[in-house]
Amino acid sequence: MIGYLFKRLGLAVLVALTVSIIAYLLLHLTGDPAVALAGEGAGEADIEMIRKTYGFDRPLAVQYADWLWHIVRGDLGTSVYFKTAVGPLVFSKLETTLLLALYALAFALCISVPLGVLAAIYKNSWIDRLCLAIAVFGQALPNFFFALILIMLFSISWRMLPVSGSGTWQHFVMPAIALGYYVAPAFMRLIRAGMIEVLGADYIRTARAKGLSPSTVIFKHALRNAIVPVVALAAVQLGFLLGGSVVIETIFALDGLGYLAYQSITFKDFPVTQIIVLLLSVIYILLTLASDIANAWLDPRIRVA
Amino acid sequence: MKMQQNFFKSVTHRFSAKVALTSCLIAASACTALPAIAGKANNTLGMAYDQAPENIDPYYNNVRIGVIIAANVWDTLVYRDPRTNEYKGQLAKSWKQIDPKTIEFELREGIKFHNGEEFDADSVVFTLNYVSDPKNKAVTQQNVKWIDKVEKLDKYKVRVISKEPFPAAIDYLATTLAIHPAKYYKEVGPAGMNAKPIGSGPYKIVENVPGKSVSLERNADYFKESPKAQPTINKVKIRFIPDRQTQMAEVMSGGEDFIMHVPKDQADNLKTLPHLQVLSGNTMRIVFLQFNTMDGAPSPELKDVRVRKAIAHSIDREAILKNIVGGGELINTICTPSQVACSSDGATIYKYDPALSKKLLAEAGFPNGLSLDLMAYRERNQTEAMINNLQAVGVKAKLSFMQYAAMRDLARANKTAITHQTWGSNLVNDASASTPVYFGGGSDDVSRDPEVIKLLEKADQTVDPVERKALYNKALVIISEKAYAVPLWTLPVYYVANKDVKFTPYHDELVRFWEMGWK
Repeated sequence: MIGYLFKRLGLAVLVALTVSIIAYLLLHLTGDPAVALAGEGAGEADIEMIRKTYGFDRPLAVQYADWLWHIVRGDLGTSVYFKTAVGPLVFSKLETTLLLALYALAFALCISVPLGVLAAIYKNSWIDRLCLAIAVFGQALPNFFFALILIMLFSISWRMLPVSGSGTWQHFVMPAIALGYYVAPAFMRLIRAGMIEVLGADYIRTARAKGLSPSTVIFKHALRNAIVPVVALAAVQLGFLLGGSVVIETIFALDGLGYLAYQSITFKDFPVTQIIVLLLSVIYILLTLASDIANAWLDPRIRVA
Repeated sequence: MKMQQNFFKSVTHRFSAKVALTSCLIAASACTALPAIAGKANNTLGMAYDQAPENIDPYYNNVRIGVIIAANVWDTLVYRDPRTNEYKGQLAKSWKQIDPKTIEFELREGIKFHNGEEFDADSVVFTLNYVSDPKNKAVTQQNVKWIDKVEKLDKYKVRVISKEPFPAAIDYLATTLAIHPAKYYKEVGPAGMNAKPIGSGPYKIVENVPGKSVSLERNADYFKESPKAQPTINKVKIRFIPDRQTQMAEVMSGGEDFIMHVPKDQADNLKTLPHLQVLSGNTMRIVFLQFNTMDGAPSPELKDVRVRKAIAHSIDREAILKNIVGGGELINTICTPSQVACSSDGATIYKYDPALSKKLLAEAGFPNGLSLDLMAYRERNQTEAMINNLQAVGVKAKLSFMQYAAMRDLARANKTAITHQTWGSNLVNDASASTPVYFGGGSDDVSRDPEVIKLLEKADQTVDPVERKALYNKALVIISEKAYAVPLWTLPVYYVANKDVKFTPYHDELVRFWEMGWK
C-alpha cells in the first residue's frame, strides 16, 4: 500500500508540475504580454519599460523558474489589473465557487440517483429509455446554452429568479442546475449499472424471499451497495465542476473564481489567470489522488496495478 | 425573441402537472424574496456593463465605463458641449491663451468636493502635476504626457504649460483631465481614491466593490453654474456582467434599466419588446483598411498604388454600412469627422466600381487576381463582408482573426499586409489624436510617407487653427491620393433601455446620468 501511495503521489506531483509549465506559458499565447499590457495607443518606449519591469526580457525558462520559486514561497504575485495581491484576491472568491460546485453536485445526485434506480428496476423498459434520453440530453446540451434556456424560462417568462448576481441563495439556483445537469448522466449510468448488478445478487433474492417490502430491498439493501463507486466519481466530478464554473459564473455574473478567471483573461491579467489555472488544476489533482487512494483502500486489487 | 418565448412557453405547458406544481412552489418562495432594486418607482437607475475598471481614479483606468463614471463623479476645468462641440467653463470661469504653450485659467469660487474640501488653484496644480509626472505611472499617459507643468498665480488663477505648442490642450482639459481634491489626493493617492473616490461632480460614489459593482448617488449640493445639468435620478447602480446575453436577459426581465454596446442584430430583436426602447448613436471610432507598403513586407504587391486603388474600389462601403454596420456614417479620410482639423476637402473618394477594380488589377499585372493576408481583431462580420467584395474582383483575402495586441505586434514587426483597423482617439476631439497615430511615422505607421510625416509634424505644432487645418488637409489628401488606407465608416453604438428611461446618445459614447430622467 505504501509503495502504491508513493507512486500515486509522485505521479500527482509530476502532473502538477506539467500543469504549472502550461499555466505559465499561457500568457505568451496571445502575443507579446508587454504589448498586451501596454494597451491601445502605447509607444515603443512604454512597451520596452513594461518588458523590463515585468522581466519579460529574460529567457523563458528563467522567468518560469522565478515564478515557480515565488509560488513555492507563498508569494503568488500582484494582479496587473486590480493592483492587489493575487493570493487574497483568488482565495476570497474560492468560497463562492466551492459552494456552487457543491450545490451543483447535490443537484446532480438528486436527479441521478432516483433516475438511475428507476432505470435499473425497469431495465430495458420505456422508463429505462426515458431515463437514458434525459441523460443523453444532459450530456449533449452545452451548459452555456442550457443556462440561457433557464434564464429565459425562470427569469424572463416566469420572473421567478434573478438573472444574475451573487447576493442571495436564489442567485445560486440556476447556476447549480446548469452546472449539475451536465455531470448527472455519468452518475446515473454508474448507479444504473451498479443497481442492475446488485439486484441480480443472491442476497437480494434472499431479502426478497424473506418477504421484505420492495422499497426496503431496493433502498436499504441494493442502493447502499451500488452507491459506493459513486462516491469516488463524485470526488473527480467535483474537480470538473470547479473548472466548469468559469463559463457558468461568467454567464450568471456570480462573483466567484470562474468569474475572476474570465475577467483576468479579458484584461490580460496573467498573474491571476495563471494562479487560478494552477489552483483549479491542483484541486483536481488532489481530488483524483484522494479518490484513487480511497479506491485502493477499499479494493486491494487496485493497489497492484 | 417573442417567438422563442412562445415556443418555450408552449413546450413547458405540455410538461406534466407535477413539474409545473414544483416550479410554482419554487416561484412562490423566490418571488417573495426578490426585491425590486432598480427602476422608476425607486428613482434608481440600474445599468449593466461588461468590463470593470481596474481603478475608479480616472487616470488609472482606460476602459469606457471608467470614462463614463469620471464624467459623472468628477469635473474638468472646461466642458465640451456634446451638441455643439463648443467649450464652456466648468471649474474654470474663463481662460485665455498667453503664448503657444501657456493657457491661463480663472477658477470658479465656492465649489466643494464631495468630502467638503474646497476647490481652488491647489486642486488643479496638485492633480495635474501629479498625474503628468511619469513617476506616478498614470495609465492614460497619452492624456497627460503633453503637460510640462501647472503653476499657481493666486488662489483662483492657474497656468497650464505644455512641453510643445499643443493646440489640442483645451480638448484634453475638457474631457479627460478630471480635477481631484488636493489635500485628500495627496494623502491617499490613486489606491485610496479607488477605495473611496471623491470628486466634485453631479454624482458621488457611495460604494465601489471592485470587479462587481459601483453605486452612485445624486450630489444634492452640485454647483448651479455648472454647464452639466442638476441631476434628477437619485441613485445609479452599475453592475459588471461580462456576458452580453445575460445583460440582455437583465433588461428583458426588468432587473436592469440600461445597457450599451449591444450588437445590431440583437438590438433589432429587442425592439419588438414593448417595455424596452432601442437607441443608437454615432461614435468617434473610425474603421479603415490599412496597407503595409514598407520594404520587406509580406505582400510587396501592395507597393503598387494600382493594387491599393483596386482594393479601395472593390469595397461596397454604402451597402455594408447600410446592411451590416447599420448606423454610423461614411468617412473619406483617416480621422473622425467631428474632430477639430479633420476634413475631407479635396480627398480622393473611391466609388464602388468592381469593373474599374479589375481593370486596375490587370494593369498592375494581376489579370487573374492575387492572394493577400487580411488581419482583423473586431467587427468580424464587417471584415467578412469586405472579403466577399474582394473575392468578387479576384482578390483572395486570407483572414487571420486575432487579439488586438497580437495584431499590433505583427504590424509593428512589419509582418502584416492588410489590416482591418478601428481607432477611437481616446475621446479627444482633435485630429492630432487620430491621423498621426497611423501616418505620423510612429510605430503604427506602415506606409511611412516622408512628406505626410513632415506635414503632420508641422501641423501638430501649429497653433493658428486655419493654417493647422490646411496642413492636416494636405496630409489627408496625400494619404487618400496614394491610397495608403481605405477609409470606411464610423461605428455606431446601440443602447437598450427600459421605456421609462429618458436618454440622449452622443457621439462621444458618454452616458450622462445628470441629464437622464424618467418619462
